[in-house]
Amino acid sequence: MNEIALLVAATLNAGTVLAIASLGLLINEKSGIVNLGAEGMMLCAALAGFVCVVHTGSDMAGFVAGMGAGAMLAAIFGVLVIWLNTNQYATGLALSLFGAGLSAFAGAKYVQEKLPERVHFSIPGLSDIPFVGDAFFKQHPLVYILILFTVALTWWMNNARTGLILKAVGENPESAHALGYPVRKIRLAAVMTGGALCGLAGAYISIIYTPLWVEGMIAGKGWIALALTTFATWRPVRVLLGACLFGGVTMLQFHLQGEGVQISPQWLTMLPYVATIVVLALISRSPTFIRVNMPASLGKPFYAQ
Amino acid sequence: MSLASPLLAIALTLIIGSLIFIALGKDPLRGLAMFFIEPVKTLYGVSELALKATPLILIALGLALCFRSNVWNIGAEGQFIAGAIAAGGVAILCGTDTGMWIMLLALITSVLGGIAWASITALLRDKFNANEILVSLMLVYVADQLLGYMVYGPWKDPNGYNFPQTINFLAQTRLPRLFDGLRVNYGLLIALIAVVVMWLVMFRTLAGYALQVGGLAPAAARYAGFSSRKALWATLLTSGGLAGLAGGMEVLGPVGQLTPYVPVGYGFAAIIVAFVGRLHPVGIVFSAVLMSLFYIGGELAQSRMGLPKALTGVFQGLLLFALLACDTLIAYRIKWERSV
Repeated sequence: MNEIALLVAATLNAGTVLAIASLGLLINEKSGIVNLGAEGMMLCAALAGFVCVVHTGSDMAGFVAGMGAGAMLAAIFGVLVIWLNTNQYATGLALSLFGAGLSAFAGAKYVQEKLPERVHFSIPGLSDIPFVGDAFFKQHPLVYILILFTVALTWWMNNARTGLILKAVGENPESAHALGYPVRKIRLAAVMTGGALCGLAGAYISIIYTPLWVEGMIAGKGWIALALTTFATWRPVRVLLGACLFGGVTMLQFHLQGEGVQISPQWLTMLPYVATIVVLALISRSPTFIRVNMPASLGKPFYAQ
Repeated sequence: MSLASPLLAIALTLIIGSLIFIALGKDPLRGLAMFFIEPVKTLYGVSELALKATPLILIALGLALCFRSNVWNIGAEGQFIAGAIAAGGVAILCGTDTGMWIMLLALITSVLGGIAWASITALLRDKFNANEILVSLMLVYVADQLLGYMVYGPWKDPNGYNFPQTINFLAQTRLPRLFDGLRVNYGLLIALIAVVVMWLVMFRTLAGYALQVGGLAPAAARYAGFSSRKALWATLLTSGGLAGLAGGMEVLGPVGQLTPYVPVGYGFAAIIVAFVGRLHPVGIVFSAVLMSLFYIGGELAQSRMGLPKALTGVFQGLLLFALLACDTLIAYRIKWERSV
């Protein structure tokens, strides 16, 4: 029983990482821009956050540093694809490769560093409930904030004026431009928001999830987060559910290893990646289903007339 | 025009690189010398350069074909690993009294390994409409774990003190060297032949032309009756095969066994090689040499200047950024305007 509670708790934790990044990419993609640089941004942000906590001792400062790093890299990407109209795929790839190189280079001397003692969070009262307390109420505050954020984001995109403008820009930038909306600035804002959230996810990984810094530690989570936006057909609540599914698969792997299941660890490590491929294939099977939900201008350059 | 952009991008990368050296308190001239002069000072250095350029050329050739037809295979690293595993399998399982033909068999197997790995992506794209960028990339991680499984498990060297590595391959399975005392091997010749063949395919055959029309103008390709499905399969399997061959030649050449450290990112670096080489076979040769200079320069900067080897990755990323920006800045004139 307790085992299961811990597995649920770990799943929420792992899912949070993916969901934060993926919601950021969702906002990003709603504006019609796809940023394949998620992995690179998360790596740099993980390093920035980690270094900041090492020097200041404050987790909060680490999160802010991670968000800043993510937003800054996203801004470079944004200027290139939005104003210079470079190919979005190639530029995103460049960002991923550059981010991996930069973080490995700048972080080389931080590999041995340790963070100050980690605090364990729990909600007073609720966390004492047997099973449920262990499963749901001993999470980092960010986990609960994320759930509120998801609800708010859904409302914002469907009801708020600014949210609808963002979607309009992503669906048809030419029309949005004709109506007088500053398409490029809106897109840059969306891209930088995406970068900031990817950065937050990266910092969460190096500060809370696995509190350390190692080269390449994001291990494909940025790419899985990118895939998640497609699974979720660009809907925030589905992103959350998808993230929990993948968090669960990731955690199941550690759980099975812990249980001493007679299977090579490599097969288990493969699980989240294989699961991503399988689910992606199943969801994408109907092209119309994807096309109906996908921002219509996704990946296409916009030239102002 | 098409040459100006890469040259300008290289210049930009060098300028930013110098600034990085200055920021780190190192002499920028000495730093740049590590990257562009030290590697080619000796014959041995040139041989090492060619050795690193070989897989980059092969992989980038395939990727260029993919990118030209708008198929985004970015999982060449995984196809490289699959090829390495396949070639390694042949090399491990062959008997001690086998002849040199086994090396050819191992190379062919590596091509098939890469093709098989790429075919997963092609199949899922074709039948399930799954995004090839994400699928091919996820498969890199899967291939990496598969390699790990083989060298930690069934193929582990029984006399290897429990290290995750296979036996050292027998001499007859190894790619012969071109010259005594230098590590460069016949793989370089194979890569150069591939350059010529790819040039012919791209610019002198209808099939190659059809692939590219699909990338430039999908509607025109449909009207001409060029199948986009065929283009998908043809480009993915070709690039998979070439990446697999690169992996096979890497383990049968300089490495000589399978270890978890066989993949060093050539599959990703080759994406940059392909773009900087203008997706042109001849351009790819030059950009592969440049990229090898970055690799060797990074190693030298580590051993002689105490800088992290990852400097290579920073330079590679910068180069691609600079190239993409230069492409636009050369083709278009900037006009500053209010709003928009």
